[in-house]
Amino acid sequence: MNTDIVRLEQVNISFSGKKVVHNVSFNLHTDCITTLIGPNGAGKTTLVKTVLGLIKPDTGKVWLKDDLVIGYVPQKLHIDSTFPLTVQRFLQISRKLPSSAIADAVASVSISHLLQSSIHGLSGGEMQRLLLARALLRNPQLLVLDEPVQGVDINGQVELYQLISDIRKQRGCGVLMISHDLHLVMSATDHVICMNQHICCSGHPEKITSDPSYIDLFGAASAKTMALYAHHHNHDHNLHGDVLPGDPAVAAASHQHTPECKH
Amino acid sequence: MFYDFLIYALVGGIGVALVAGPLGAFVVWRRMSYFGDSLAHSALLGVAIGIFFEINLNIAIIICCLLLAILLVAMQKQHFIATDTLLGIMAHSSLSLGLVTISFIEDARIDLMAFLFGDLLAILPEDLLWILLGGVLVLSLLYYYWPQMIAMTINEELAAVEGVPVAKMRLLLMLMIALVIAVAMKIVGVLLITSLLIIPAASARPLSRSPEKMALLASLLGCAAVVMGLLASFEFDTPAGPSVVVAAMVIFMSIYLWPRKVAH
Repeated sequence: MNTDIVRLEQVNISFSGKKVVHNVSFNLHTDCITTLIGPNGAGKTTLVKTVLGLIKPDTGKVWLKDDLVIGYVPQKLHIDSTFPLTVQRFLQISRKLPSSAIADAVASVSISHLLQSSIHGLSGGEMQRLLLARALLRNPQLLVLDEPVQGVDINGQVELYQLISDIRKQRGCGVLMISHDLHLVMSATDHVICMNQHICCSGHPEKITSDPSYIDLFGAASAKTMALYAHHHNHDHNLHGDVLPGDPAVAAASHQHTPECKH
Repeated sequence: MFYDFLIYALVGGIGVALVAGPLGAFVVWRRMSYFGDSLAHSALLGVAIGIFFEINLNIAIIICCLLLAILLVAMQKQHFIATDTLLGIMAHSSLSLGLVTISFIEDARIDLMAFLFGDLLAILPEDLLWILLGGVLVLSLLYYYWPQMIAMTINEELAAVEGVPVAKMRLLLMLMIALVIAVAMKIVGVLLITSLLIIPAASARPLSRSPEKMALLASLLGCAAVVMGLLASFEFDTPAGPSVVVAAMVIFMSIYLWPRKVAH
């Protein structure tokens, strides 16, 4: 049984007068992967930070289940090179953990061999795995990932999404993630929210997971990927992202997604 | 045998170096060296105010530094001016304000040089008490809040999500630095104080693989610099504060020039 762990109701956020998030409502459940997609400046990160409690909405309600434990994987973690830190130490910064728990965590993201390494020598993919391991060590009920595959090569991306999917299966936790890579994220998501300040549309992604060669194919050909998610737009945007007035049916018919699409 | 003033200077200098080690590490990690400089400049305003109102100088300096740290934290919330600009404005304004105030004090026999460059050899038992009190307070706070301070330094957002009260920790760190600067002013003076924070910490960096080791090593290297500097000052009759800084610099240079395997 999936239960709600987060509910957002009519959330509005603006920065210095500019509306960034407009009337957004959605729920997050246990055992469900929700993916936020949208162009740069669509307010995805702002929305995620609202769920994390780092940003307070101007109006609207953010409800979190009592004592909800959140594991957060930030977009990028820059650690000043003046700060000496090994992978092992990084995993137990906020609290001492038994070494068996640490060993399990690094094994589950396949970075056991890096435990004694300095954190400054890690590659992008290794760093993301490390951040994931650190989030998992908190036994989260909700895992929040802000573009988890940024700076990771295409094979690494597939693996990371598979890993996130496996984690959800094993732990039954809720997952909220931001992604640009629609084609890769498809296989590992239950619910997609497409946003551009407001929620444009949301729903289940097409069932394409059954054919792994499909993902391989589209991994190699990075373009022409936008058709994978069945969009049901009933409106159009101008260059500023504002909704254009007009006949919804006409707008939907005229809206063809291309890689150049600013949407 | 040994002279009292030399003993006092050694004890005071070592006391300050012990606290300056871990705090200096935070200054290096969080790129706050300009913050230290600004607070040090404001310490001179504290001196002027202390003399003007005839309050205990140590108290006047501490209050002035703490108030400026709070003011800075408050002003960082606005986004029109970057922090480094703000720090520059505060540093030079408070320094000038201090100098102007001092000029109003009639027949004040203030040894400005002593405040600017320190007068380690004129240290009194009363100053030692301040160093001891301030040192014990700061070290206990650091020990108690260490995990949270480290988590905040690695990444503030990650720490906040994991339940660290980041804003409070940031303020606490600034207040501790302010306190140490106020207390340490006697040792190396307004203009050289930041060096006591950052040079030992920077020297410790290539030799450390954990933040704790870097903090501890910074304390020890700072103590070494104080002892070396003071003995050299006594031997060659050079000014004490600058001699300590030169000793710290020599340690820094030898560590960085020493051939070794590159560690991270």
